[in-house]
Amino acid sequence: MQKIEALIEETRSNMTICNACRYCEGFCPVFPAMERRRVFTPEDLKYLANLCHNCGECYYACQYAPPHEFAVNVPQSMAKLRAESYRDYAWPGPLAKLFDRNGLLTALALAVGVTLLLLIAVGLNGGLAALVTTQHGGDFYALMPHNVIVVTFGSVSLFVLLALVMGMVRFWSESGEGVAGLGDARSWRQALKETFSLQHLHGQGEVGCTYPDAYHSQWRRRFHHFTFYGFMLSFAATVTGTIYHYVFDWQAPYDFTSLPKLLGTLGGIGLLIGPAGLLYLKLVRDQNTADVRQMGMDVAFIALLWLTGFTGLALMLLRETSAMGVMLVVHLGVVMALFITMPYGKFVHGFYRLLAVYRNALERNRSSH
Amino acid sequence: MLSSSGTRLSEADLTDHDVLVIGGGNAALCAALTAREQGASVLLLESAPHKWRGGNSIHTRNLRCMHREPTDVLSDAYLEDEFFDDVWRVTGGITNEALARHVIRASETCAEWMKDYGVRFQPSLGGTLHLGRTNAFFLGGGKALVNTYYQAAERLGVTILYEAEAESLVFDGKRFDHALVTYNGSPRKVSAKAVVIASGGFESNQAWLEEAWGEVSRNFLIRGTRFNQGKMLRALIDNGAKIIGDPTQGHAVAIDARAPKYDGGIVTRVDCVSLGIVVNRDGERFYDEGEDFWPKRYAIWGRLIAKQPGQVGYSITDAKAQGRFMPSVFPPEQADTLNELAAKLELPVDAVRKTVDDFNAAVQPGNFDHSVLDDCHTWGVTPEKTHWAQRIDEPPFYGYPLRTGITFTYLGAEVDDKARMYMDSGELSDNVFLAGEIMAGNILGQGYVAGFGMTIGTVFGRIAGKEAGSYAKD
Ligand SMILES: Cc1cc2nc3c(=O)[nH]c(=O)nc-3n(C[C@H](O)[C@H](O)[C@H](O)COP(=O)(O)OP(=O)(O)OC[C@H]3O[C@@H](n4cnc5c(N)ncnc54)[C@H](O)[C@@H]3O)c2cc1C
Ligand code: HEM
Ligand code: SF4
Ligand code: SF4
Repeated sequence: MQKIEALIEETRSNMTICNACRYCEGFCPVFPAMERRRVFTPEDLKYLANLCHNCGECYYACQYAPPHEFAVNVPQSMAKLRAESYRDYAWPGPLAKLFDRNGLLTALALAVGVTLLLLIAVGLNGGLAALVTTQHGGDFYALMPHNVIVVTFGSVSLFVLLALVMGMVRFWSESGEGVAGLGDARSWRQALKETFSLQHLHGQGEVGCTYPDAYHSQWRRRFHHFTFYGFMLSFAATVTGTIYHYVFDWQAPYDFTSLPKLLGTLGGIGLLIGPAGLLYLKLVRDQNTADVRQMGMDVAFIALLWLTGFTGLALMLLRETSAMGVMLVVHLGVVMALFITMPYGKFVHGFYRLLAVYRNALERNRSSH
Repeated sequence: MLSSSGTRLSEADLTDHDVLVIGGGNAALCAALTAREQGASVLLLESAPHKWRGGNSIHTRNLRCMHREPTDVLSDAYLEDEFFDDVWRVTGGITNEALARHVIRASETCAEWMKDYGVRFQPSLGGTLHLGRTNAFFLGGGKALVNTYYQAAERLGVTILYEAEAESLVFDGKRFDHALVTYNGSPRKVSAKAVVIASGGFESNQAWLEEAWGEVSRNFLIRGTRFNQGKMLRALIDNGAKIIGDPTQGHAVAIDARAPKYDGGIVTRVDCVSLGIVVNRDGERFYDEGEDFWPKRYAIWGRLIAKQPGQVGYSITDAKAQGRFMPSVFPPEQADTLNELAAKLELPVDAVRKTVDDFNAAVQPGNFDHSVLDDCHTWGVTPEKTHWAQRIDEPPFYGYPLRTGITFTYLGAEVDDKARMYMDSGELSDNVFLAGEIMAGNILGQGYVAGFGMTIGTVFGRIAGKEAGSYAKD
């Protein structure tokens, strides 16, 4: 495995060539951000790596790409350094090791999550029988009381949230901008717009990015939108469900036209389409712009997202049947696995990218004064 | 036999096309696309493998365009007369005015035509501001441009063969009959109704350079592709084309001596000559480093260095120059004393010491301003430095080794305004059309205007494609 120092050196050598060339400066924010710097510290390079969206344009356009002896390959060196930076930022530090065997970790988390919930359900219901009947009349909470769900998931979520926030704190502290630097409303507006539209996968001229190969395509962005918004909608469904339960004291199951149901259905569909598409593109992608070592991490994350959508929708459709009990346990187990792996898997890319894009907006606005 | 797209290539595919395009850079691609626009079937031969396709064009970044008002990619206006004046000045009048003006006028429509095929430009606000008025910058540079054209050509059904090198041409009088081509290592005969030759210059051919420049050329570096071997130029000479230009003329600049032999491209340039002094292997100065603005003078330094012993020079600056020029890709040698720097550059220490002392003593007081021809000059040293002369006395000291870097050669064949090639007899060939570097000498007899190479290639590529296409369809 390449040490982070070697990756920093590789990225720095690429950036030194780019800085003397600058042909790619119109492609994305990475090159202007590079030009704002005279020297490239390891912190700067990790920031640039998280700013890079791996669109591939600058690899195909590079006259110094391999087989040229300069062997410039910005997307690949950035991808490798980015993955390494995730380990660096991870909290608590020792758990960063989990990134190394991410695929395995995810499989384990999945198994543990499902088994744990199964045990809980069996324990609560005094045996397996309750899980495979239709006695519950489609009521989840008859099998697994709401409070139990809230307590198991609540405690996991709190830890996950803390770990994610600590990672972001570490990321941001390397910027040297301090807490005050986080308060620029204009830059936030721009950053949110750029990330939520995935502007940097649009390509200049709205042609899309060079992914999965040298030909421009919008499909990575489209599938990511399905994934991202699918995830957000599913998340929103859970939140509204919780609010219904606690604030209004409205009990599930809800109508098909209720807000949690609508959001959940749409979100689930998004998670079926998006990750499947991303996985397909990933399998056919040009390996030249990829960091092959990330394959496990990416696929694990994609698979969990897809399973979340699939089991969620299945649960909804099978609610009145005897399969509901098993489906419920499996769905909750998948979601549990997704949660647990969040701080130590691909999920963190969203947060670091958002902060990197924000930091870029901050610098850009400052230098245009 | 397999074509580049992986489909079976039959014998007929090598003989049945309307138009044969020889070359795989900007001019060849513009010709292939335009010939397709005419409805002609097109076969394009690129001698390089896919990964190295595109010739010198992959190293370019812009083209020069006439325009009457600001556009999305160009600021202000740049009219025919001003454009022609610029060409006139650099060529010292060695140009075919009618052809030059023809190109200039046609350059007005280039950007739109290019965009139609998917070429993207930088918005006209980029970093290299002063050229934003005259030159349109390709988004991602020339390789992105070439990739876009190749993709368009594939889409439109141009047959593209890589690693297909035309070795020679067989004429029947003034009519092209067929080409002998090495494809996948075996010789093939390729014929078509018309041929467009857009195979660049001969700058990558070491033997030919040596023939023209002598042994010193072994120390030259080639800034672009290794595939411009000039075989088609040789074929034109052999078949009685009207040759123009002088083989000993080429665009030669001073670049970092540590650059690779081929394809060093833009990042090997060293832009700090006018900020310091340049010495030769013996530690002596040999030319006025501050004669004129660097962009106007950098093209003479290749020749100056070619004339020095060992064909090498050393640019020496001190701390004052730092941050005033674009960095080269190789870090300079650096030292806290001049003696140490000279030693690191493997130069005779005492000679460098004396040169710098003499120079420093001759520097006159003045107000340094790199953006104008300032009044900082020397008095009493040979050669004088007439602008931007500042004492070299503030450590650390920096040194870049310099060699001659060949950008392109000027040798070519004469054409008319329809890109048709002239035979030595003065007649026009029936079905041979030239585009790009191989005919640029008609317009640029000497000197160079930044961005004009791509303009000539684009304009003449389009003309050649159109004429060859319509000739073949008649
Ligand atoms: C470093 C550098 C930077 C430059 N920057 C600029 C710039 O910014 N703007 C500008 O206007 N100009 C620039 N130029 C000049 C510019 O590159 C040329 O004017 C232009 O590329 C010429 O285009 P072309 O198509 O004629 O030749 P090329 O692009 O060189 O293409 C020649 C092609 O022919 C192929 N070929 C050669 N022989 C054979 C054969 N026998 N059979 C089959 N194929 C063959 C080669 O493989 C190659 O693909 C630059 C040049 C260099 C070296
Ligand atoms: C701030 C928000 C986000 C941004 C800017 C962003 C951006 C990106 C980019 C540029 C990629 C491709 C490069 C890479 O693999 O690293 C990517 C991959 C991916 N993203 Fe996001 N993302 C965000 C949030 C999310 C969220 C919230 C999810 C889902 C929960 C998600 C799911 C994925 C998946 C599954 C991949 C892998 C796809 C692949 O490898 O091809 N992203 N993201
Ligand atoms: S990726 Fe290549 S072409 Fe782009 S700026 Fe860097 S060195 Fe230049
Ligand atoms: S891969 Fe795309 S986003 Fe990353 S540096 Fe290159 S052009 Fe920018």
